[in-house]
Amino acid sequence: MWDLRLYVIQRATAMLMVPLILAHLVIIFYATQTGISAEGILSRTAGSLGWAVFYGVFVVLAAVHGAIGVRTVLREWSPLRGGLLDAIMFIFAALLIGLGARAVVAVTMPGGLGT
Amino acid sequence: MTSADTISSETIDVSVWRGGAEGRYETFAVPLRQNQTILDVVTWIQRNADPTLSYRFACRVGMCGSCAMTVNGRPRWTCRTHVSKVVENGKVELGPLANLPVIKDLAADMTSFFEKWQKADGAFVPSKTRHDPIEEILPNTPARIEASAAIECINCGICFAACDTVRWQDEYLGPAALNRAWTLVNDERDAGKSDRLRAVAAAGGCHACHSHQSCEQHCPQKLNPTASIAGLKRLTMHAYLRGDL
Repeated sequence: MWDLRLYVIQRATAMLMVPLILAHLVIIFYATQTGISAEGILSRTAGSLGWAVFYGVFVVLAAVHGAIGVRTVLREWSPLRGGLLDAIMFIFAALLIGLGARAVVAVTMPGGLGT
Repeated sequence: MTSADTISSETIDVSVWRGGAEGRYETFAVPLRQNQTILDVVTWIQRNADPTLSYRFACRVGMCGSCAMTVNGRPRWTCRTHVSKVVENGKVELGPLANLPVIKDLAADMTSFFEKWQKADGAFVPSKTRHDPIEEILPNTPARIEASAAIECINCGICFAACDTVRWQDEYLGPAALNRAWTLVNDERDAGKSDRLRAVAAAGGCHACHSHQSCEQHCPQKLNPTASIAGLKRLTMHAYLRGDL
């Protein structure tokens, strides 16, 4: 039932991401409408455990969700099957988590990288 | 044929697929008649123009599901498709059903279609013997209403030919087989439910469906296999979360 497990995990991550995406959009609108600068944003996020958890969780959910989706696309649009498909899925998820974690650390590390 | 049968002396150009996987379209000029169906056209060609034309039909009245073909790019039951509804600029193009190998001309090989019915556990598993009294089935229970809404499938293969996921993924069971499984998991007399849920939840099962709804769009019986598959997705997910799968 590996495919069913992945299906359930992908739906669960989608549901969990809905409130995070809405919050993310609100934050983007807020940041762009109020004319806040990059330094201003980083001064608020640097050292903030709350933002680190918020975007850290977001990154993990998006990476898992997206990697399962990429596996589905490859299954339909490529001749890849079985273990190779799963290997690509895990590597893709690890890559997304790595890239995302790097960004989260950069903006929430105490002292901030950008300031 | 009397003159009353003909609309006029007009003909239509009918391009028909000839050959197997490799082949070409051959064009025939077929007299236009009143209330003429695509199956009438194919039969006219075989009887009057080329007796070697291969195609499949049986009942001619929309019950048996044998005569499905690709008509101007869309899968249709040809015995119930009037020429007047599908003719475009005096032309009709006929081919075998898509997503299935071609045997010859308009006859597609339905083997994989029916094998997938079996793979989806599409056979009824009796829960009683002939010695038991006949079970009373109430028509208004929620499960029976779901089963009845999906039960009138005639196995024509039109949904299978219309489905993008069938085209993309060899092992996908397809709308008809999954729709059949849905009718059985809602049948209170059936004893094969847990095996069937396992069969439709495996790779290539109901979770591969993208809900494009081409099956619903093309089904000549106006069934909605997408809704049946969505039902299977819900049932299998609940069974999985309960630890039953």
